[in-house]
Amino acid sequence: MSELYIRRDLTDLPDARGYFGEFGGRFVPETIMPALDELDSAYAEAIADPAFHEELSHLQRTYTGRPTPVTHARRLTEALGGAQIYLKREDLAHTGAHKINNALGQGLLAKRMGKRRIIAETGAGQHGVGTATAMALLGLECHVYMGTVDIARQQPNVFRMKLLGAEVLPVESGSRTLKDAINEAMRDWVTNVETTFYLLGSALGPHPYPMMVRDFQSVIGMEAREQIQAQAGQLPDACIACVGGGSNAIGMFHAFRDDEGTELIGVEAGGRGIDSGEHAARFADLNISRPGILHGTRSYVMQNDDGQIMETHSISAGLDYPSVGPEHAHLRQLERAWYTLATDEEALEAFQVLSKLEGIIPALESAHAVAEAIKRAPTMPKDSLLLVNLSGRGDKDLDTVISVLDI
Amino acid sequence: MTKAREPHGICALDVMFAAAKLAGRAAFLPYFPIGYPTYDESLRAIEAMAAAGVDGFEIGIPFSDPIADGPTIQAATQVALEQGATVQKCLECVRQLRARGVRQPMLMMGYANPLVAYGTDRFVTDAREAGADGLIVPDLPPEEAHFFADSCAREGMALIFMLAPTSNDQRIDLASANASGFIYVVSLTGITGARAELPDNLTSFIGRLRARTDKPLVLGFGISTPDHARQVRRMVDGFIVGSALVRAGGEGVEAVRELAGSLVAAIRG
Repeated sequence: MSELYIRRDLTDLPDARGYFGEFGGRFVPETIMPALDELDSAYAEAIADPAFHEELSHLQRTYTGRPTPVTHARRLTEALGGAQIYLKREDLAHTGAHKINNALGQGLLAKRMGKRRIIAETGAGQHGVGTATAMALLGLECHVYMGTVDIARQQPNVFRMKLLGAEVLPVESGSRTLKDAINEAMRDWVTNVETTFYLLGSALGPHPYPMMVRDFQSVIGMEAREQIQAQAGQLPDACIACVGGGSNAIGMFHAFRDDEGTELIGVEAGGRGIDSGEHAARFADLNISRPGILHGTRSYVMQNDDGQIMETHSISAGLDYPSVGPEHAHLRQLERAWYTLATDEEALEAFQVLSKLEGIIPALESAHAVAEAIKRAPTMPKDSLLLVNLSGRGDKDLDTVISVLDI
Repeated sequence: MTKAREPHGICALDVMFAAAKLAGRAAFLPYFPIGYPTYDESLRAIEAMAAAGVDGFEIGIPFSDPIADGPTIQAATQVALEQGATVQKCLECVRQLRARGVRQPMLMMGYANPLVAYGTDRFVTDAREAGADGLIVPDLPPEEAHFFADSCAREGMALIFMLAPTSNDQRIDLASANASGFIYVVSLTGITGARAELPDNLTSFIGRLRARTDKPLVLGFGISTPDHARQVRRMVDGFIVGSALVRAGGEGVEAVRELAGSLVAAIRG
């Protein structure tokens, strides 16, 4: 029997009520509370069953293409003249982003639970594509909610989802982005809860989702921690990942939680800059972001004085979300992780630099993490090491980038 | 400062249920959001319903992301927000309605975040002072009640929990143990919105709840017509009509008065 695919320590949060310190919990209509209990028990049962680990691990090796490599970004490192930059290549996972890790995990769980109708929300379309792919593989029915603003800026992913047999349901309410797609998916779940599995795509929402999504994504950090030691002979001085809801970041950070010498850096979407008010930097702008409740969990939420949720802006659809996973809020409060931001402009610059110097076109989301490495590396000695989670590839963003850059 | 009504809070609800029971019928509590279609019209709609003889009110506090609501209430509360509705203004509205002589119990109904942003303790205190009698927070299950429970207990305010067709025995017991005022019974597995028919398993669902709790049961979601009201008037202790009245509100205060009047007549008939 191989090692368990998902490894957890007894000391790991959340607690039984789904709290990471003062963040998390379950703030949902009564109608879906029993379904959350059912999901919680089914998940506990699944991860106590070695066969579940084996099945997921097998699919990840033979279908997703795991482990994904760690690449030494030599030319980028040279150009910056400081810390060695390594990239964890989630862009090379099947479907081109880390989202497939969670989609397969929850998909197998849905199948175990006998649920055949799967719903999901998507922002950038990567979780929608990951889910549609996993459901095609597992033979389950798939419906994906997507805001019409996101549909317009992520056309290739909309087409992919349809090809994969999923139904894409346009969402016209509110800001017509990820937040509203989640609202609509939750309304669907409230209505069809007895037959439906809600395959939530990020480490947010009511308990047990933040825990479950983190567990399914923690493979990123577990692999990377071994790979970086084998390739570079040391642990990184810092792990850097972009943070929308925060699933790729928490998946990377989790394996390094006890490595005191490794800083954990989350990069939020700075949009058009904090002063513009048009951004999605929940931790950077405490004038409009404070602890609150959105989509079933207590975390930092961008809101006006009256507690109405604010519309956010980012060039990357996947980071364009007014709240953040509760475990990130907790890690920040503990000062175990630090959060910074990259603007649209910085992300676009990083997008081009990585393409030209390394032959890797990153997703605009991941380009935010690359931007932070570009800022940080020159200030660090050459024997130090930055590990960047390259959470997805940028093919889906070409239309957006072409229209902005006038290439 | 408004003169305090006697009784208030949970006691006012107890009196409401006792009076309805004496008349052999359920209490009728309309839902209406503040600020729809305008602040002034929402006040007049509520006053008109009070005059038509409804038994109590759910006063809706608009929220940008109402996950338990269907298209009618989503659209109306969006309009209300565009009209500048805030928690503060909703409380002010209750104060004004009391000053204009509305005596029926009023429950503030709003999603958790705006109340948390206002300050949970401050909200409960101010709501009591304005003349409200309780609180319904659709995204606050008993597990998270600690956010409001102490303040409500101190102020004698009802903190209402919900039960749904999906609730199992364990959850019925949990809601019952924590309930004050009444239990809000969600009639169907779904979101708010007018429906043509009531769910056909309603009698057995209510029976299942009655077997485990003696708390008053107030039915909501989907109840829209006088015919529906006649069907439930002896089944439950109270019922709520929301989307149908909100839709009428879009047509004007007269339409609200008319629908509320026909619902009152149906339960008294």
